Amino acid sequence: MILKIAWRNIWRNPIRSWIVIMALTVGMYAGVFSTTFMHGWMMQRLRAGIETETSHIQVHLPGFKMAEDVKSYFTNSSQLVHEIENIEGVEAASERVVISAMVASAEKASGIKVIGVDPGKDTLVVNVNKQMFDGSWFKGVKRNPIVIGYKLAQELKLKVRSKVILRFQDSQGDFSGGAFRVAGIFKTLNTGFDEGNLFVQNSDLRSLITISNDSAHEIVIRCDDPTMVDKVVGKVTAKAQGLEVESWMEISPELGYLTETMNLYMYVFVIIILIALGFGIVNTMLMVVLERVHELGMLMAVGMRKGQVFIMILLETLMLSALGGFVGIVLGIVTTQLTAKTGIDLSMWAEGLSEMGFASIIYPEYNLQMVIGVSVLVIFTGVLAAVYPAYKALKLNPSQALQSI
Amino acid sequence: MAIIKIKNLEKTYNKKQIPVHAINGIDLTFQEGEFTALVAPSGAGKTTFLNLLGGLDAPTGGSIEIGGKRMDHLSSAERTRFRLEHIGFVFQAYNLIPVLSAAENIEFIMELQGVPKKERSARSKELLEAVGIADKANIRPGQLSGGQQQRVAVARALASKPKFILADEPTANLDSKSTENLLDIMQKLNEKENITFIFATHDARVVKKARRVITLEDGKVISDEVKK
Ligand SMILES: Nc1ncnc2c1ncn2[C@@H]1O[C@H](COP(=O)(O)OP(=O)(O)O)[C@@H](O)[C@H]1O
Ligand SMILES: [Mg+2]
Repeated sequence: MILKIAWRNIWRNPIRSWIVIMALTVGMYAGVFSTTFMHGWMMQRLRAGIETETSHIQVHLPGFKMAEDVKSYFTNSSQLVHEIENIEGVEAASERVVISAMVASAEKASGIKVIGVDPGKDTLVVNVNKQMFDGSWFKGVKRNPIVIGYKLAQELKLKVRSKVILRFQDSQGDFSGGAFRVAGIFKTLNTGFDEGNLFVQNSDLRSLITISNDSAHEIVIRCDDPTMVDKVVGKVTAKAQGLEVESWMEISPELGYLTETMNLYMYVFVIIILIALGFGIVNTMLMVVLERVHELGMLMAVGMRKGQVFIMILLETLMLSALGGFVGIVLGIVTTQLTAKTGIDLSMWAEGLSEMGFASIIYPEYNLQMVIGVSVLVIFTGVLAAVYPAYKALKLNPSQALQSI
Repeated sequence: MAIIKIKNLEKTYNKKQIPVHAINGIDLTFQEGEFTALVAPSGAGKTTFLNLLGGLDAPTGGSIEIGGKRMDHLSSAERTRFRLEHIGFVFQAYNLIPVLSAAENIEFIMELQGVPKKERSARSKELLEAVGIADKANIRPGQLSGGQQQRVAVARALASKPKFILADEPTANLDSKSTENLLDIMQKLNEKENITFIFATHDARVVKKARRVITLEDGKVISDEVKK
């Protein structure tokens, strides 16, 4: 019956209770929705980063990633790719020749990473071919086709079928270069990627830098299950003797930390909201205790133990907080689900976003862990906010409490 | 049979270093089945005396023995337990939990005592009948008149089957008719069920009905007479 009394006590002053509930609802709604919003945003970036840029796993000579040296190639690459493809959990693998080069058009020159791919196989590990802005992924140009990013194309004033000169060192250290013709222009979410990378056929590049057809700088691997990447890394390492095998987390740590950092930020944000709301709850419940001194004295006089009085106040506070908190959380999830499909268009305010690789249409996404975490925090706040007022009630002396009206 | 024995009882409040001797050496004995009025003007120490007797406060001197048990030796938690099991209270006003119906108010006490649910509702019905408001069982105190509320309070006080009922100016907020009514009910309970009532009052209507009248002044008993 203590629970019943606590529940009914909430509705003795409905306006006051509703104000507390509304405050919590709004606070938790804001907390949950901004969390799912940010989470969705970061996940989009993360997925785009993996799908378009790194894929799941990469294999290099040790140290290649730091220096990107043309001489850091390994041989027997097609045999290795074949073996990797047969590993359980591997969906596809593609070998690449990767060098640094200067790219020049009639207008301008700039430094760039040239990625020599097998145009057919590479589409199985990353999806640049699905993000073509103009032209196509290596089709329509017979000799030395090249696929470049939209941003770079703009800077160099290149169009489909324009001629591009690449200059680089070959594997002997001699200056080399070649003329290419634009087959397609891609545009990903990450302008930086579009500006700094371009794709050619690995066969063309091999002959230009004078390495054998069986040599590569990089093997890119896509797994069946993104959560099993670490396991596959282990299996690939066993096969790739003397090579360095890294997961996307190691290749682009900033991608991995993105969601973690953001989760942390969001928890801090929610906790700040809850601290502010917590003080409001404490204040309200102190008023409640103060108003009911006589009644609490009466309850203790007729035999209610102090512990029971404490629990009664605690329950009242907890139910009040939980009510507002959960309504807010549910509304936050509902809004998330509603906007998850349509997305929220930020392009009006967000010119700089795509430069950093972030989408300007955001699809909020919630993760259960976060929702549970926030719910636990609401309960925790309720308990914490209840302790002081309930302690005040505990300290009442029944005979004195009865004398106050 | 004597159920309450009080010896040289004292209660001194220290208000801003000035001691107030609210109870200043009282010796009294109460028998089972008494219907007694403690009469005194305001501030004479009636409430203080009832609070000591009911274990709401601890005395600063002397002893209280109830049913052979020394009250003044109990801790605050033990006194709470003792109140729940053995003492019924009726205060001047606001006796009831406003968010519970009349019946629930009565059942709540029994729930605190650990009485099973079936027995609780049967007994609360019985008690509400005894005080003549069975029809108000599901109504909350706010919708009851002052007299009806006091009757529920009496029923609630009886719920725990206490050794005696302490009533602190129970009629102070009531009109004559409600007072008459409440006193009749308590008198009937006293005569039929042998329930012991001790009132603090300065209401002549209560004094008229009492069988024993104890007069206090400045924390002392100045007269104690049993009517024939
Ligand atoms: N908690 C208290 N602190 C200090 N003095 C008190 C307290 N309670 C009562 N008193 C004093 O004790 C005396 C008796 O009060 P009380 O028992 O309430 O009298 P009555 O109920 O007869 O009106 C009064 O002088 C009152 O001021
Ligand atoms: Mg009084």
